[in-house]
Amino acid sequence: MHDLITLIGQAIFTENLALVFLLGMCTYLAISKRLTTALGLGAAMLVIQTITVPLNNLVFHTLLAPGALDWLGQGELDLSFLKLVVFIGVIAASVQILDIVLLRFASPLHQALGAFLPLLTVNCALLGASLLMAQRQLDLVQSLAYGFGSGFGWALAICLLAALRERLAASNLPGGLQGLGITFIIAGLLALTVAGLGTS
Amino acid sequence: MTLRRHLLDPILHENPVTVQILGLCSALAVSRTLEPALIMAAAVTAVLVYSNLVISLLRHVLPGSVRLILEMTIIASGVIVVDEVLKTYAPAIAETLTVFVGLIITNCIVLGRAESFALRNGPLHSIADAVGNGIGYSLILLTVAAIRELVGTGSLFGVTLLPTLDAGGWYRPNHLMLYAPSAFFLIGFLIWGLRALAARHVATASTPVTRGQR
Repeated sequence: MHDLITLIGQAIFTENLALVFLLGMCTYLAISKRLTTALGLGAAMLVIQTITVPLNNLVFHTLLAPGALDWLGQGELDLSFLKLVVFIGVIAASVQILDIVLLRFASPLHQALGAFLPLLTVNCALLGASLLMAQRQLDLVQSLAYGFGSGFGWALAICLLAALRERLAASNLPGGLQGLGITFIIAGLLALTVAGLGTS
Repeated sequence: MTLRRHLLDPILHENPVTVQILGLCSALAVSRTLEPALIMAAAVTAVLVYSNLVISLLRHVLPGSVRLILEMTIIASGVIVVDEVLKTYAPAIAETLTVFVGLIITNCIVLGRAESFALRNGPLHSIADAVGNGIGYSLILLTVAAIRELVGTGSLFGVTLLPTLDAGGWYRPNHLMLYAPSAFFLIGFLIWGLRALAARHVATASTPVTRGQR
């Protein structure tokens, strides 16, 4: 249990996907103008991450990992090179399914998250978390914790950035620095804070 | 003539990283030292050329409704080949790049160019566009990596240019450059510089294009 809490804590803070591994940057920098949108996107990310990481873990260990096909009598087969295409397929499929399920059973939630779901398919934080999970050889429970933690960490990071950008919207900056330029600098400062958490 | 434009425009005016804001993850994360950055730039360019060519050739047969998934599969197959080649011929570099080779699949430059260019243009122009965008991406990646490696460790490609204090020289390396935040700062300043430059070029026009775009 203690290990799981450490794992979640690491995934949220010291190994934050957005600010330490720099994943999901396109969405992170482009859709962080308003706090409400950032909250919706962050929530969508948290939900999908918590679903896809354990799901990919299951797929990886029953089909792709070296020796995983033992039950078929193909024990020596190593399909792990296929993980890229399989993971992205699982992610795209679960995003679609979640979209449909939310539309059918929770339409207010779908209205809040709907626009962001398709965007997340090509977000590298999702694929990145699954690949890191495979690389670290986490088991199913650990990957559930890791998925939740990394999704939460990413949501936290985008909310922080959006809140700061809202404050800065009316500030008087040099022309070339406005918009994207200053966003990079703010993100850099945020990353610096998180990097500080890591070295203790 | 247009072929040349497709090739040259993305290098500066339509740069994928600083103007189109695509492919940021790897531009930020793999830019610590020059050698992996160079390999990464080559890998992205290779995948870009391959995916633009294949998608451009298939553009009349790809069904619209499942287009995205098919494009992702085409891109993913290219990335798997690159990944395996790197693991075989440059295992040490593949180790430092970790998951980032696989993440070329979700590098938005590749899908972005496929969607906005290769689907509407012939193979020759698509290749020109892919090479141009590849060079534009590589330019930013290598510039940032060069600055980070030189200031952070005093060397380029592992060759010492500024002898560090530890090795008995005079240069005190700035270790901040080796951490993630410096990549944000450098690209932020790079964008500032490029936009200021572009604004000066169009200063004669009534409204500067770059101002308040986003």
